[in-house]
Amino acid sequence: MKYIEDTIVMKRMKTRINKNKGWKVFFLAGTLFALLCLVILVIRIIIQGWGYLDWDFITNFASRTAERAGIKAALVGSIYMMCIIAPVSMILGVGTAIYLEEYAKKNRISNFIRMNISNLAGVPSIVFGLLGLTIFVRAFALGKSLLAAGFTMSLLILPVIIVAAQEAIRAVPKEQREASYGMGATKWQTITRVVLPAALPGILTGSILALSRAIGETAPLVVIGIPVILRFLPDGLLSEFTTLPMQIYDWAKRPQEEFLYVASAGIIVLMLFLVIMNSIAIVIRNKFQKRY
Amino acid sequence: MTSQGLGKGESIHDLIAKSRNRKAKKITEKAMPALLFITAFISVLTTIAIVFTLIFETFEFFRRVSLTDYLFGTEWLPFSGNNPTFGILPLILGTVKVTLIAVLVAVPIGIAAAIYLSEYASDKARRVIKPILEVLAGVPTIVYGFFALTFVTPILQQLIPSLKIFNALSPGIVVGIMIIPMIASLSEDAMSSVPNSIREGALALGATKFEVAIKVVLPAAFSGIMSSIVLAISRALGETMIVSLAGGASPTFDFNVTGSIQTMTAYIVQVSSGDAGYGTTIYYSIYAVGFTLFIFTLMMNLLAHFIFKRFREEY
Repeated sequence: MKYIEDTIVMKRMKTRINKNKGWKVFFLAGTLFALLCLVILVIRIIIQGWGYLDWDFITNFASRTAERAGIKAALVGSIYMMCIIAPVSMILGVGTAIYLEEYAKKNRISNFIRMNISNLAGVPSIVFGLLGLTIFVRAFALGKSLLAAGFTMSLLILPVIIVAAQEAIRAVPKEQREASYGMGATKWQTITRVVLPAALPGILTGSILALSRAIGETAPLVVIGIPVILRFLPDGLLSEFTTLPMQIYDWAKRPQEEFLYVASAGIIVLMLFLVIMNSIAIVIRNKFQKRY
Repeated sequence: MTSQGLGKGESIHDLIAKSRNRKAKKITEKAMPALLFITAFISVLTTIAIVFTLIFETFEFFRRVSLTDYLFGTEWLPFSGNNPTFGILPLILGTVKVTLIAVLVAVPIGIAAAIYLSEYASDKARRVIKPILEVLAGVPTIVYGFFALTFVTPILQQLIPSLKIFNALSPGIVVGIMIIPMIASLSEDAMSSVPNSIREGALALGATKFEVAIKVVLPAAFSGIMSSIVLAISRALGETMIVSLAGGASPTFDFNVTGSIQTMTAYIVQVSSGDAGYGTTIYYSIYAVGFTLFIFTLMMNLLAHFIFKRFREEY
């Protein structure tokens, strides 16, 4: 004897099943819409910019005419700025993470620091620009230099690096620390020789991702007052410089149509730069990350 | 070999050097925590520096412009030679317009994507789609701004002929696209952390997947989803490059989305790219506007934090 009559069940559930199917299509469409935006964005920029992208574009300085315009100063400026941001933000970020994870007791001060970091992560980047303008450019009299911009950007990505480093340090199992103490190692020895080596891949991955955010950031640099048309390479920490996003911003604002293509070519270079950095991060994560 | 005695081939000299090392070790043990605390304190100093610079320079601004004119004025004309007016409302309205459009675009699509990824998609599909969505989150905002100006605006102009080159609609939509991954990813995390046993209970009672998603998973993940939306709103409020490239520079006090607008962030960019001399009222006005923006985003972040804590369901 059959307890459940399929046809009756089907009759009663039909609208609900159809509803399920209909909404599934809608949910899928939402997902595909997001992916489609990425595809359109990338394809359009490649189509527009490909014709202008050649070796001269990489090795020329900025110019008034679109044909001669290049991104040498911007590309070099971005790389130099990265060389300042990477050590400054990593020393501060990893130091903070070690303090919070290994030393800090659960008291008001450490709670305050934690809460402060999560709030700092939500501050708009343009406000960091105002901070950089007041403190680094004016109060420390660094001018619109590599150093002022590098410090500002370091503070901007600091919360991201701290959180990534905290997670990496937390993932190192407690047994490893205990084993190290058991062998007579001190706390600092345990941190430098056991915890940090184990957490390093996670720290590096998070830091590279944060750095790539700093490389693509424009707003704080506009506020600091970084110049756009430069015909020389920066020659020191206090030298003026420009970066890829600033250069793209300048081209995108121009009314002449050719400069839109130049801007697209600049975007291709910027995106390639970011893709390379992200790939490095992924390789490090996949190759060296240990699961406990 | 004990640490006190002499080992083979060791002299007293080595022993002294060793114990001196031990002393050095003690110093590092004591000094490192202090040093690390200083690095941790720099993040606190950053916040203090942000708040103080904003307050001091804003204070300077309010010595020249009255607070009530600023808060309730409906005209923002700082560059009009003899009689500049500083009423923040048009800038706030511009910011709100863009944010509202962004939310209207991003919330349905972001949550739809989150439901699809967490409830319908296979493991394999999820593992492919989620990283791609995160790539979308990593695209620099200047690229989105360029996209809004050169792609979205022309398309919209075909649909709405009265649309100006600079308008609120196009940057609003693109800011929405920018925050989709944020909502989708954070909401998906919240929904995935709802235990499977609850889903299976509902399925066993004869619910369809859609009913499970809407009536079981969504309420259970409510706090995570809401806080992801609020965080995304905070991102949209502070978004700069998209609105300064595609939004224009004319602060208007109306609800029109087809005409040129100006947001708080775009105003700061406009002044910074021009030559507003140090010490002028216009120079101080960017701090007042920045402070206003800071308060808006701070409130959003605290709200997100509160929702997450208050409505969180523990399993």
